[in-house]
Amino acid sequence: MRFDEEFFNLGYLDTLSYKDTFVHRLDPRIKIIVTLIFILFVISFNKYEISGLLPFLLFPVFLLTAGNIPLKAIFKKVLFISPFAIFIGIFNPIIDRQVLIAPFGIPVSGGWLSFFSIIIKFILTVSTALLLIAVTSFPGICEALSRMKMPKLFVIQLLFLYRYIFVLLDVALRMVRARDARAFGNKGKDIKTFIRLISVLLIKSIDRAERVYQAMLARGFNGEIKVLKKYKLGFTDLIFGISSVLLFYIFRNYNISNYFGEIIKR
Amino acid sequence: MHMADALLSPAVGGTMWAGSLGVIVYCAKKLSGKMDEKMIPLMGVLGAFIFAGQMINFTIPGTGSSGHIGGGMLLAILLGPYAAFLVIASVLVVQALFFADGGLLALGANIWNLGIYPAFIGYPLIYRALVKKSSNTKAITIASIISVIISLQLGAFSVVLETKLSGITELPFSTFLIMMQPIHLAIGLIEGIVTAGIILYVRSLRPDIVDNLEVVKNTYSAGSLKKVLIIMSLLAIITGGAFSWFASTNPDGLEWSIEKIYGKPEVPERGNPVTENLSKIQEKTAILPDYTFPSKGEEQEKSPSWPAVDTGTTVSGIIGGIMVLALVIVFGMGIRIMNRNRAKT
Amino acid sequence: MSHHIVELKDAYFTYPDGTEGMRGISFKIFHGESVGIAGANGAGKTTLLMNLSGHLIPTKGEVSIGEITLCHKTRQEIRRKVGFVFQRTDDQLFMPTVYEDVAFGPVNLGLPENKVNERVKNALEMVGCYNLKDRPPHRLSEGQKRSVAIATVMAMKPDILIMDEPASNLDPRSRRQLINLLNTFEHTKIIASHDLDLILDVCERCIIIRDGKVFADGPSEKILLDESLLEENGLELPLTRQFYHLKRSS
Repeated sequence: MRFDEEFFNLGYLDTLSYKDTFVHRLDPRIKIIVTLIFILFVISFNKYEISGLLPFLLFPVFLLTAGNIPLKAIFKKVLFISPFAIFIGIFNPIIDRQVLIAPFGIPVSGGWLSFFSIIIKFILTVSTALLLIAVTSFPGICEALSRMKMPKLFVIQLLFLYRYIFVLLDVALRMVRARDARAFGNKGKDIKTFIRLISVLLIKSIDRAERVYQAMLARGFNGEIKVLKKYKLGFTDLIFGISSVLLFYIFRNYNISNYFGEIIKR
Repeated sequence: MHMADALLSPAVGGTMWAGSLGVIVYCAKKLSGKMDEKMIPLMGVLGAFIFAGQMINFTIPGTGSSGHIGGGMLLAILLGPYAAFLVIASVLVVQALFFADGGLLALGANIWNLGIYPAFIGYPLIYRALVKKSSNTKAITIASIISVIISLQLGAFSVVLETKLSGITELPFSTFLIMMQPIHLAIGLIEGIVTAGIILYVRSLRPDIVDNLEVVKNTYSAGSLKKVLIIMSLLAIITGGAFSWFASTNPDGLEWSIEKIYGKPEVPERGNPVTENLSKIQEKTAILPDYTFPSKGEEQEKSPSWPAVDTGTTVSGIIGGIMVLALVIVFGMGIRIMNRNRAKT
Repeated sequence: MSHHIVELKDAYFTYPDGTEGMRGISFKIFHGESVGIAGANGAGKTTLLMNLSGHLIPTKGEVSIGEITLCHKTRQEIRRKVGFVFQRTDDQLFMPTVYEDVAFGPVNLGLPENKVNERVKNALEMVGCYNLKDRPPHRLSEGQKRSVAIATVMAMKPDILIMDEPASNLDPRSRRQLINLLNTFEHTKIIASHDLDLILDVCERCIIIRDGKVFADGPSEKILLDESLLEENGLELPLTRQFYHLKRSS
């Protein structure tokens, strides 16, 4: 069932993010910035680029291995490629039929090139985004956002959301199981039942928010919430940041794949 | 429908990020200090509710396939525009991180497409205008359906626009539009019915909740809507104008600026700027060349039309690419083994 | 006996929808006493606790904690004196990590950072959970959550500890650990529970609530062994005593 799977995946990724490795210990600010720069570099390639993109795989592979993240945690998600990217990309081979290259005498049209370019960009950006959270706990990301001057109210919103996702998913999961236990085939999954189910979930949520508010008041809540500062920007963080960006820069400007190819051919 | 990183150009992605970030800051400013403290846990828990609710699916009548709620309009109705926008944005942040729905650069576009329209157009301009305090079931149902449909149409239109402006897809604008808008009409109809259903059912079960929310909402949203709309439209005009200027002067947007800063991009032997531009024009005009997949003989005469093609470079690209992949895998395995050894000692 | 710390004088509470939660409750609780509150579902236990901790304010009559009478003006002050452990730990623990959650109260008291750290450390060590400080609450077992919830309250250094169903959802071992933990506290304790064994183990005094009124009030040993009184209130003899009875009657 989809629900259970999503729920467990979420929990799995979350568990991984509390590991203690070199990349987990890096300041979240550096990781967020480097990741965003990485994505910008990747998607700045022209739409037919393939070979120039490949060296960029080094970064997600580094996060994966240095962060001691099991490959399957990320691989499954990436394989499950966003239907939208495929949906949009698949029109390219149909529409753009101009042959652009003919390696080893096999003609390849521009549409196929741009389709594969989309897929590779997709793999790079999606795996890196997932790895970012797998090597940085969500509270760490929130701390970074707050220190990068994101509005505090929004950071607190993210923290509360994160805290109650697991609680409400659990409630929702139990409700869905109860429904499916009595729904045969698609009967019982109709809109009417759904509206009732989700309304009850909504009421439970609002009541819970009220109780949480009471609990906050009980401990002297006066409208202020402090976001903890745990990380400190250190030498290692800077080294990691600078060397990563330098590497991206080199990859972007020199097609490493072509150089390797030239060397081999010689 | 989530936008994806791979379909965006840096320019479009960056613009959408800036726009969404601006609105987040604006909403937070608007709320802080003025809203009922109760809103803090309420917003958090309702965000989690939408997140959990989106995982519950139902059968779409007449199709047999299943769908789930989006929840943007529901949040706007429950919390008012500013708080709803922050909640929607926070849910999308978590989805982008944990599910990689769309990706991090596309997050700005997604927050815009799914947040702005329900929170600042659908709810205040349509729903509020149609639903008065004593409204009956019919009015609420109609208002929800119309406001959701319009918000979703605007969202879908933005997706088309952003994708097209990014220049990654070959789909002609009109075809893309015809594919996206009607689907979202149907989605909007169902989402609207579900939204109205939830509001009405909650009201019948627990009228106190609906009343309480009205009170909490009114503590901060009174009277300032006109100003918001003016600011919003100004913002839209400015970003739109800046963006189209940027797009028209530099067709490749940020790519261009990166090239300018960093020097020539990936294919240095591409030739002089004139041929480069010519080839670009050619590429743009030849969207549907009357061309069927060639036999090996034909391809010789066709390929020179693309000046960048150099069979030699291509072959080294493929060989080199495979090598790079192999090296990356070796690198990864190396770190794995190092880790394992360290764990042992 | 020492000076009393909690006093209710003919307190009433009616909810906005007309439900009467308390209908004239009076009692006194003294320093260091631990009192169990028992009663059937809907008898008014939770309403009573909410009125003791300043979350609700009696619609008629008086609740006072120490010298202070509860009203809108004093509710903040009362909350500072009364530590309330909620029935549902997920409602009580709302911050992203254990540490931040325990620190939430002391930070709101306006304490400087080193004092906050000290309080957090002491409170977590008291409940034996200091090693969990960096965990997010959703990665804790129910027993750990309960202990941390108690620590969040202890970090406020309350005069009185109020608990609503502290043993619900706990496995037997966690429940036993909780009872041992509660017995180490010298605070005034008020514990509402269906778990009469727990009350018997922790509280020397027990108050039975029925229909928003005090139905019985006395030493736990006496009240919780009065089978007919318990039965009238939808309660049963504590399990340990049932066994005792069986042995005696056979």
